[in-house]
Amino acid sequence: MTEILRVEHISRRFGGLLALDRASFTADEGRIVALVGPNGAGKTTLFSIITGFLKPTEGRVFYQGAEITGEPPHLIARRGIARTFQIAQPFTGLTVRENIAVGSHLSRPSRASALAAAEDVADAVGLSAMLETPAASLTVAGRKRLELARALAIEPRLLLLDEVLAGLNPSEIRDMVPVIQAIRARGITIVMIEHVMQAVMSLAEQVFVLAEGRMIAMGPPLAIAADARVIEAYLGHGAAQRMRGAAHG
Amino acid sequence: MRSYGGIALVVAALACVPLLTASNVVLNFMVVALLIALVGQGWNVLGGYGGQYSFGHAAFFGTGAYVTAILQVRYGVNAWLGLVIGIAAGALVGAVTGVLSFRSGLRGSYFALVTLAFAEVLRIVASVAPITGAGVGTLVKLDLRWEAFQFQSRAPFYWIILAFVAVSLLIVKRIEGSRFGAYLVAVRENEDAARAVGIDVVRVKLTAMILSAAITAAGGCFYAQYFLFLDAGIAYGPWISVEALLAPIIGGIGTIYGPLLGALVVKTLGEITKLMTGHAPGLDLVIYGAVLILVVAYAPRGIAGLLRRRT
Amino acid sequence: MLSPILLIPAVLNGLLTGAVYALVALGLTLIYGVLHIINFAHGALLTCAMFAAFFAHKMLGLDPYLAAVGLTPLFFCLGYVLQRFVIGPAAHGEDRNVLLVTLGLAVVIENALLYAFRADTRTINLPYGFNVVEVGPAFLSVPRVIGFGVVIVVALVLWLLMRFTDTGKAIRAVAKEKLGAELTGIDVAHIYAVTFGLGTACLAIAACLLLPTYYVNPHAGNAFVLIAFTIVVLGGMGSVAGALLGGLIVGVVESLCGLYLGESLGQVGIFVIFILVLLFRPSGLFGERA
Repeated sequence: MTEILRVEHISRRFGGLLALDRASFTADEGRIVALVGPNGAGKTTLFSIITGFLKPTEGRVFYQGAEITGEPPHLIARRGIARTFQIAQPFTGLTVRENIAVGSHLSRPSRASALAAAEDVADAVGLSAMLETPAASLTVAGRKRLELARALAIEPRLLLLDEVLAGLNPSEIRDMVPVIQAIRARGITIVMIEHVMQAVMSLAEQVFVLAEGRMIAMGPPLAIAADARVIEAYLGHGAAQRMRGAAHG
Repeated sequence: MRSYGGIALVVAALACVPLLTASNVVLNFMVVALLIALVGQGWNVLGGYGGQYSFGHAAFFGTGAYVTAILQVRYGVNAWLGLVIGIAAGALVGAVTGVLSFRSGLRGSYFALVTLAFAEVLRIVASVAPITGAGVGTLVKLDLRWEAFQFQSRAPFYWIILAFVAVSLLIVKRIEGSRFGAYLVAVRENEDAARAVGIDVVRVKLTAMILSAAITAAGGCFYAQYFLFLDAGIAYGPWISVEALLAPIIGGIGTIYGPLLGALVVKTLGEITKLMTGHAPGLDLVIYGAVLILVVAYAPRGIAGLLRRRT
Repeated sequence: MLSPILLIPAVLNGLLTGAVYALVALGLTLIYGVLHIINFAHGALLTCAMFAAFFAHKMLGLDPYLAAVGLTPLFFCLGYVLQRFVIGPAAHGEDRNVLLVTLGLAVVIENALLYAFRADTRTINLPYGFNVVEVGPAFLSVPRVIGFGVVIVVALVLWLLMRFTDTGKAIRAVAKEKLGAELTGIDVAHIYAVTFGLGTACLAIAACLLLPTYYVNPHAGNAFVLIAFTIVVLGGMGSVAGALLGGLIVGVVESLCGLYLGESLGQVGIFVIFILVLLFRPSGLFGERA
């Protein structure tokens, strides 16, 4: 299997705070990879570095074998890496169709064809009924879908999803899971930051765990869920032992 | 008015004005209103569509005006050629200001400040530099031939400024239907999201600024030919920066017809105030300022927005 | 190089001018620090205060320094009302709108003054207006030395106010974390208005300090406002200490530019600094990088 993304020893310092400490991971083409970890672990910072919004203090990023470290965001997007934002960032004054069309324009100079292409993308994420709705009047779930749609519209090879399930209720999550699976089925590699563990378990083939800026564990979802280091990272020092004790007792 | 037909209709209707009246007062009023509509359309490209509020469009207006005038007066260049060079010079000032401010990531208040400062620096330099005539000003020689871009009557001036406005309408219409226009609006609405879908934000803003400056500079060139006199306070004064933003904001920011509508309303208000108060200095501007605040408070989409809500 | 005989007086005079600049800038930076907006009506409000001080002298015979006692609270109220009932509501919480509303206010105030008082330039005559003191090689104007002293006192009072009063603490809380302050029950609209009032009150004092040696006309405040912008940007937006230091620096730079390049280009020196700082270090010399 070919590797599409390789992140090597990325560190990022904000003043006195070391947000990322030589974090590395890779994603294979066509897979769904999950990036998990407690709040403040540096997951979003890592996404921002991969997509060029932040520059790393040290370390390198490779995409399809070529180094892209420090390239500006728009060039990285043009290479085929799309991202969504943790807090949805719609073009507020525009309709859903116009929002998506901004993404479609990357490969379509004509306004008419970009607006038309927006329909297919909206279809893929279940927004067809709301094409003419102003983005400002969408619900949280609607905005999350719009984030996804706009990212898909640039026709990426690699999609970075930053908590697209956060803030959704269980039935909305159930609706989104097949949407994400369908995107993968089209051959798009997905790296997702996610807190909703049940979704991570059912979607991801490979999981990386980030805690306090360091990559502390990797592996298939089931192995990760049982990993003592991971449990400690989430629940505090000694938690794994206590849980084991509770299970035995 | 979704198609180019709308523009044709509006321009054709306005073109009839000199056929209906020969009154110099009316024509002069309309020429000035159209001039402001043109300058305002320039501001609208950058401020209305791109969301970058400039407080210093005088920099482009004044450069267009001075370059046209000085080329004729000091170098004997033909006025029409002067017009072309004047527009290019205005665009160049826009490019320089744009590169400097967008590269350093200036937005919002900072961008407003730096544009204001550029205009002020140019005004101070123009008020002491010998080439502009310093304190005395620059007088364009009277030469009433069309080759010299001067006319005996006001009607030809009126049609020419109308033609400029028509071109600006076509440019904006073209922008609205293009990828560049979609990108420009995207940058206005959310810069980070724009970057994430592959938009080169600095380049989009810069293109808008150059276009904006060129349109406004064309207004400056016309001003020089119509009034035949310039000094630093006229060419680079804050008045034109204020009128440039007043027209689109009052008419409807980020709309094709906003600047035209706004310019006509603002100028009409100004005339009424002058008539009612016997040309007291300042009062028309008091009204402009008050209308600006009221529009921001109660009609954020301007007159165009109010009309749309009704229909 | 010029001799110290010329240089020292130029620097000292620059410091005196700079102190008043600093006071104008202090008002601006205070408002920016809390409301995160640039008040484009600042210059017009200064002009307004200068006219008020002028007429207090002309009609009531009040000495400008005495007039300051009454005008300062008056302008505090004016600023409070403007922010609370005009700028705040009209802007709908959007920064772009605040820009336009304060610009609109500037246009209204400046031209209302033009309409009321015409473009004439007025001055007042005070018995001590031309008094000087000798400091080393320099003769310094007494009113400007007084001005320098008053600015120091005002800055000190403002600092104490911010440090030790509840209102001062509330202002700092809003400046740091608006949402958090709101959640602890601070009335943000009120604090915004108080801050705007304090900024405007600084202008009343500045106007009274200027009047003995300066003139007033409807555009008088404009000369100061771009300078104040420069200072605020130089000192770091929102930084009080930066405004004071920046004011003194700009005063000296202007004075020296005037000495070397001539009066009319002294101002260009300031704007060039302004643009350079905006472009290359928009967070200011003393501010943190944004």
